[in-house]
Formats: sequence, C-alpha cells, structure tokens
Amino acid sequence: MADVTGTSPQTAQQVIDTYFMEHRAKLVDIAAYLDRIDRGQGEFPDDFRDVAFRKAIAILTDGQTHRAKRILELFSDHTTQIPQSAEGMKGAAGAVAFAATSSVEGDAS
Amino acid sequence: MKYIDPHIHMVSRTTDDYQRMAQAGCVAITEPAFWAGYDRSSAQGFFDYFRQLTEYEPKRAAAAGIQHFTWLCINPKEADDPGFAREVISLIPDFLNSKEGLFGGNVLGIGEIGLNKNTKNELIILEEQIELAETHNQMVLVHTPHLEDKLKGTRLIMDALSASSIDPGRILIDHVEEHTVAEVLDRGFWAGMTLYPDTKVTPQRAADIIEMYGNERIWMNSAGDWGCSDPLAVPKARLEMRRRGHSEDVIDKVTYDNPQTFLSQSPNFRLS
Ligand SMILES: [Zn+2]
Repeated sequence: MADVTGTSPQTAQQVIDTYFMEHRAKLVDIAAYLDRIDRGQGEFPDDFRDVAFRKAIAILTDGQTHRAKRILELFSDHTTQIPQSAEGMKGAAGAVAFAATSSVEGDAS
Repeated sequence: MKYIDPHIHMVSRTTDDYQRMAQAGCVAITEPAFWAGYDRSSAQGFFDYFRQLTEYEPKRAAAAGIQHFTWLCINPKEADDPGFAREVISLIPDFLNSKEGLFGGNVLGIGEIGLNKNTKNELIILEEQIELAETHNQMVLVHTPHLEDKLKGTRLIMDALSASSIDPGRILIDHVEEHTVAEVLDRGFWAGMTLYPDTKVTPQRAADIIEMYGNERIWMNSAGDWGCSDPLAVPKARLEMRRRGHSEDVIDKVTYDNPQTFLSQSPNFRLS
C-alpha cells in the first residue's frame, strides 16, 4: 500500500482541531447503533453485515493506516464467480458473508 | 470561481437546481445516460431519452447559463437483457454522428457503461459498447458497481477495457473509492470521485484521496440524480479543500482544469 505519510496539508494537530467535533458525533452515533442492537428484542441475529461491521471496528484501532481502504476491502466481494444474469438477485447489501470474502471460489453474494 | 460538474443526471433535477448550480459557479455539466429508477419497456423509451439528452436538456441548461454535454449508452442495469440491450445500442450511432440540428452535437462519447451486478450478460454488453466506442472513435465514461460489488466489478471492467484498442487516457472510470483509485490510476485511466451522501465518498474523503493519490487524471462530480444526492456537492468539496489549506490552483485543477483537459479530447466539447 502506498506510503501516505505527510500527505495532508495540515499538521496532525490542525486535523484534530478541524474535525474532532464532527467525528466525535459520528463515533457516538456508532456507539448508540450498537446499543440499539443490544436493546433489540428476540435472539441476537447471525447477520453477515453485523459480523463484517464488528470486524471493521477492529481495523479502526489496529494502529495501521489506510483504514478506509482496508474497511472497504473487508466489505467487498472477493469471489471470482460470474453469474450469467442478475435475474432474481437482491440489491447490494454493503457487505458479504465473511467466509465468502476469504474464499476464492465461494458463492457470489 | 468556476467549476464543471462532469457527471450529473439533470433529467432528474429541477430548473432551480440549474440556477443554484450556476450561482455557485457551474459553467458546464456532462450528463451520462443512466437507469431511470425503473426498467424501460421498449427501445423506443431510450430513443426518447436520447432525444431529451441531446435536444431538450441543453436548452434548459443554457437558460441558466450552463453548457450541457452528454454521453449515450444502455446502462449496466438494463444491459442484463442482451437482446434488448442490442436494440438500444443500434440507436446510438445516429446520435453520435449528428453534429448539428435535430441532435445538437453535444455527445462526448459512450457512457456510463460498466457493470451493476457483475454478471456475464452485463459483461457481454459492456464489451459490445466498448467496441461501439472503438468503431466510432468515442471516449468512454464508466460506471462502477456499488458497495460490495465495486472492487470485483472495477477489476472486471478494467480488464475488458484493456483488451480493447482504446487509449486508457480517453477513458474515465467513475465512482472510485479508497480501495479502487490506485489501481485505476496505475493502469492509465482517469478516475472520477462521486460525492454522494451515503454510498460513495464525502467531500472530506474526496479531499483525502487527492492528498494521498495526487491530483493528476482525477476529477470529482455530484452524480446528482433522483436518489439522495446533492447537485451542489462539487462547490462544497471546493470549500472543504479550502478549509484544509489547499491552494486555489489545486482546487481549480480538480474541479475545472482536469475535467476540461479530459473532455476536450472530444471535438464536441467546447467551452464558450
Ligand atoms: Zn451516474
């Protein structure tokens, strides 16, 4: 991955000064969303989107850069199968089952 | 300040959007043919749409002081039915060849072609539309799939394009994000970033991408359409770059000079 050190026109301090409030709000939003799932009624679902979401959260704190790129890759279909037609397929879900992302021949979503 | 919004679907927007864009400094837009939100029932529906893009929309834009250019194709979503798609494709050459009068001469190339669900049917029609561009010496504007389908779809599309004789410098691959931009630029194509509130990039991320991957062969657009989108997204991204301390030269480069450079490869693109 490209070395992007020092590519921002701002100092790290200026980035925090510019964006902290905006991203503080987005972070609290994510926390409240996870709380809302916890408060949901019924069994905790086994949902591939939620599994991917929680794996993505771990990327945020792993100390490595290119977090946005790596999260988008995590949410991407890595299969190589090409179905004939889109007939009967659902719209994009935003994530794929994790088994499919790590398998070359897995089912297309 | 003036800017170009090189990808916006004005058929889905109101006349006061044109006025607001002009007030914000928009001098020209390019409008690719796209999915209307429903599948058309006949090729005739596309003929009427192509007339709207080549005859009616340029006049509506001109009334607000904006120049209107367009790209024609069958969109990837409706291209999943190859027989139907071929009927639509057969209508396009007459619009490309026409320079004056009825069809206006505002067609810049074939677009936005690409993939939607990464199917074989979509790929067949993508290849046939690339061939159409080759035969008629047209530039190409590419739509890449959304969300989880983008990475795989972008690679399939680039492979199909690389198999053609079209110079990658005459092809723009749109809707790039952090996980696709580097490959698109490395393979010699132009890259477009779409400023779309939920599913593509924000003005902040567009500025980040320019900082990380450079300001050569890249532009940004609103892709404003019938969905949640913002026809003023490009001027908002300009403000975002200014807030961070980017120079006016760099801001103008990605929102005016770069689109002008790429689009001027078509003889039909002339800024007045
Ligand atoms: Zn579009």
